[in-house]
Amino acid sequence: MNIQINDLIAKLEAEFDDIEKGTLTAQTSFKDLDEWSSMQALIVIALVDEHYDVALTGDDLMECENIQDIYDKIKER
Amino acid sequence: MQSEFKIAYYLPSKTVTNEDLVREFGGWTAKEIEKNTGICQRHCAADREIASDCAVKAAQQLFQKYDTDKSSIDFLIFVTQSQDYSAPTTACLIQNRLGLSSHIGAFDINLGCTGFMYALSVVKGLLATNTFKNILILTSETLTKYIHPKDKSAKAIFGDAGAAILVSNKCTIGNFEYGTDGSGGEMMIRQNGAFRFPFTQVRGLDYEDQYGNTLNDDYFKMKGTNVFLFTLKTVPSLIQNILNKNNQSLQDIDLFIFHQANGFLLEHLRKKIGIPPEKFFVYLKNVGNTVSSTIPIALKEAMRQQKIKKGSKVLLAAFGVGLSWGGTIIEI
Repeated sequence: MNIQINDLIAKLEAEFDDIEKGTLTAQTSFKDLDEWSSMQALIVIALVDEHYDVALTGDDLMECENIQDIYDKIKER
Repeated sequence: MQSEFKIAYYLPSKTVTNEDLVREFGGWTAKEIEKNTGICQRHCAADREIASDCAVKAAQQLFQKYDTDKSSIDFLIFVTQSQDYSAPTTACLIQNRLGLSSHIGAFDINLGCTGFMYALSVVKGLLATNTFKNILILTSETLTKYIHPKDKSAKAIFGDAGAAILVSNKCTIGNFEYGTDGSGGEMMIRQNGAFRFPFTQVRGLDYEDQYGNTLNDDYFKMKGTNVFLFTLKTVPSLIQNILNKNNQSLQDIDLFIFHQANGFLLEHLRKKIGIPPEKFFVYLKNVGNTVSSTIPIALKEAMRQQKIKKGSKVLLAAFGVGLSWGGTIIEI
């Protein structure tokens, strides 16, 4: 799939109110963010479904350490 | 507006607000909870108040409000997963409590989120036999009793309620679409306490899921991310199939009322399916997800707020525990 990681990062930053623009990178361990909860997981799944038409599972997210990993999962599909 | 569908509902007086949840759990603000769930407060049944009590109160309200001749009711269906006893059937006990005729049929339907849709489809079949004229559906759940006190996510979503819907042979009910997938039974489950794992033999232990919610097999458990994915995969085609089975297009529908699972999920589904916001009714803010009562409550509120009028076509769709899904189109 032809997506750019910067595009994914921008979309994640736009989705989460508490995260300031320019603070996320491909290496950000998103599970360590204070805001991370099951609700945030749903938001990520919804965002990926809406913009990339890829259905990530809760287990997929469990396997991801950082945003690069999410990006790779989307590209695989 | 007087619809052929007569509806009343009962909410227990005790409420849990977002501020209460913030005080109890911290780590989130009341605004965040509202933004993520669409809910500001949920009602909780009192200690000794169970599902049939809420259903009976809803029915009594309905009789009073619509000045109903109780002897005209010729069938009773009670939708719940919180029966009074394993036996006898709770609907039989409710017949007596409500003072309904002893010449009626009565049974329970054991389904959760989709229970009202399945009851309505059974009612349609019963009415088609021309044996019955007025059928009372009661829906009620008191899920807050079986949510672990430390299960923050579930506590934010679910509330208790009972609803009563009187359906007559003058009601217009379309064709139904159904779906079932028991392989997802574990996504939402209250495992212990029935016959597979009786409390006399098994008691659950607390454990934490990956998101810090405390869970226990004695309580209702939900794998939120899996349930979310299930709805993303299932609901868009459910809606298309309901439309196809009734020879309707999305544009023909005046209002869409889905099972009120949570605000975030509903908004995502709305966008994905392409339903205009003004045709998509959400009623969650003051009641939360009341399981089988969400659609009757939302339908009642849509009538009250005059979002629909006599002759409006309303698409109803439910999805959830089972896994189970289904829906139809009714004319108000």
